[in-house]
Amino acid sequence: MTQMVDERVANMPPPADAAEGVSNRIISPTRLMWWKFKKHKLAVASGIFLILAYLATIFAGFVSPYDPASRSNNLYAPPQGIHFKDAEGNFHLQPFVYGYEMTRDLDTLRPVYTTDTDEIYPLRLFVQGESYRLFGLFDADIHLFGVEDGYVHLAGTDDFGRDMLSRLVYGAQISLSVGIISVLLSLVLGLVIGGISGLYGGMIDSFIQRVIEAIIAIPTIPLWLGLAAAVPRDWPPVYQYFAILAVLSLISWTSTARVARGRFLALREQDFVTAAKVYGASQPRIIRKHLVPNLMSYVIVTLTLAVPNIIIGETALSFLGVGLKPPTVSWGVLLQEAQSVQIVQFYPWIWIGPALCVILVVLAFNFVGDGARDAADPFSR
Amino acid sequence: MLPYVAKRSVQMLVTVFVISIIAFIVIQLPPGDFVNSYLATLSGGQIVTQDAVAALRAQFGLDDNLAVQYFKWITNLLQGNMGISFQYQRTVIDLLSERLPLTLAITIPTAFFVYAVSIPIGIYSAVRQYSPLDYVFSLVGFIGLAVPNFLFAIIMIYVTSRYFGGNVGGLFSPQYELAPWSIGKVLDMMQNMSIAILIIGTSGTAATIRVMRGMLLDELSQAYVETARAKGLSEWRLIMKYPVRVAISPVLSTIGFTLPALISGTEITATVLNLPTTGPLLLNAVRSQDMFLAASIIFVLSILTVIGTFISDLLLVWADPRIKL
Repeated sequence: MTQMVDERVANMPPPADAAEGVSNRIISPTRLMWWKFKKHKLAVASGIFLILAYLATIFAGFVSPYDPASRSNNLYAPPQGIHFKDAEGNFHLQPFVYGYEMTRDLDTLRPVYTTDTDEIYPLRLFVQGESYRLFGLFDADIHLFGVEDGYVHLAGTDDFGRDMLSRLVYGAQISLSVGIISVLLSLVLGLVIGGISGLYGGMIDSFIQRVIEAIIAIPTIPLWLGLAAAVPRDWPPVYQYFAILAVLSLISWTSTARVARGRFLALREQDFVTAAKVYGASQPRIIRKHLVPNLMSYVIVTLTLAVPNIIIGETALSFLGVGLKPPTVSWGVLLQEAQSVQIVQFYPWIWIGPALCVILVVLAFNFVGDGARDAADPFSR
Repeated sequence: MLPYVAKRSVQMLVTVFVISIIAFIVIQLPPGDFVNSYLATLSGGQIVTQDAVAALRAQFGLDDNLAVQYFKWITNLLQGNMGISFQYQRTVIDLLSERLPLTLAITIPTAFFVYAVSIPIGIYSAVRQYSPLDYVFSLVGFIGLAVPNFLFAIIMIYVTSRYFGGNVGGLFSPQYELAPWSIGKVLDMMQNMSIAILIIGTSGTAATIRVMRGMLLDELSQAYVETARAKGLSEWRLIMKYPVRVAISPVLSTIGFTLPALISGTEITATVLNLPTTGPLLLNAVRSQDMFLAASIIFVLSILTVIGTFISDLLLVWADPRIKL
């Protein structure tokens, strides 16, 4: 597609009467798609949510109030509520949390926490706390929020008294990056294999199609389990992370390949491709300049809708204990705790936190994907 | 019809062949061969003679090259010899015949559940587009898509134990666990299975509602619908007789994706709910690198989805005269 964007047009809002506006100016397809996408309010909101979530993973040390591994004496403590009004009914401009008071249930020996309304810890922005490394480069100790003395556990603590909120933020680093990186891997695999299939046709095509059909017919979780079994237990966490990434992408490239092949088949018959051929354009040039830009929008949609499956895949594998393992923190690793009925029943915040994160992110990707699918065809109504 | 069946059968055989190669790769991937891992799993007390080791190695051709190994493995498999589970010290076929029926007993009703629930809801949502109920179904559908099966199972365990004081999980409630078979025990089992079916079916239902709604909406905007309406056909008959019939066949043809997803869901949900399907067996096999067992389960489950898809494709051709053979 041609990209003749008039600079003035590029900076203008969409005209009120789109039909009239489009007729006398040339607008790039990207811009048309963006206008269309913007109309999908839920998709835009989800997009903003996802951008914030990814930013939080980049600045994980800053956003989380504690180090994900640092232990405290408050074991299995429930989430603290944020208050503005204290027990005497005085209004505080600065929100605060109450301290815990721990007793033990004498029958079950489980810790029971009540709030101690005498202990008030005001929440502050940009407080000094535990030191961390930003981007693995700089040492810092300023946190987005925290308390100066006392403790704050807005999402509760786990069996070692570690702050769940901090663990969720650090877990997002793994869980969210798995989705993106693995989808990029599938993109490369899918485009290359689908492209070969669509371009050459014949025996190669039908062979690749059979392989794709076979992979689709295999139930995903069992196959993932089987492949993950090969990852050695004693590998360092980084290797395991990339191994799991590879396992997840080995399956998800099929949908990209199918879309790429279908578009290649449809496009190579189009007049503009024939025209390019007549003008003597080389095969790589036709692929690069005419075919790939035309199928990118479809591929991007497929990929956006594939990310949630990858995230669920990582979570499921780690939950079952064959994916990532502690001390690595990911949402799936956090959910491993839910293997214990005790924790499911009595300390629900330990699993509800990561569960909610997974559900929200998956929903957001689905909404963005839906919006993108509607936008991908800018000339449809 | 017959040429189509023949063509599809050949295609199916090729797919099965590719699946068998993938299953074989699963066996080969872990470092070390399986006799070594077998020896490693044996406790100190057991004595294995050199002859026994050599016999095992010969049976699976471990000293041959990969192509020969594959050939030996697949011939053994086709003769019903799927190898031994080192962990359970039993033949794989024995373990499978014990666990597979329950996997099927959950997956097949779930498939019917998915289509029985999602098609009427999809029709309603399309016909009454943007009605309050349509929004409710869309919302439920999105949540159904976003909540993975195993999380849904955990949530169910939590909700029942917290608010109903009940117990979810296992095939039988404690009072029937050791009891002899009776009507009460069967009903109890059905109840536990229906919870599993609900959990596994939800995401498939959500996805199918969306497909059905979309397909039917496309049909409803066609000119022939308007014509039929102008001719005075009653709305109910009009919708059921033409657009629904057109829209339903692509929906039913999604079974090729739905079936593997349902089996996948059954396996992971069963491990959470502690149901004795092949799921927990597979997980154990994978954890202890009992690769014969793991690969056989993957292979058999995949073959089942292939056969299921094949049957539904044939039914579809038979039911929908527009599909070209």
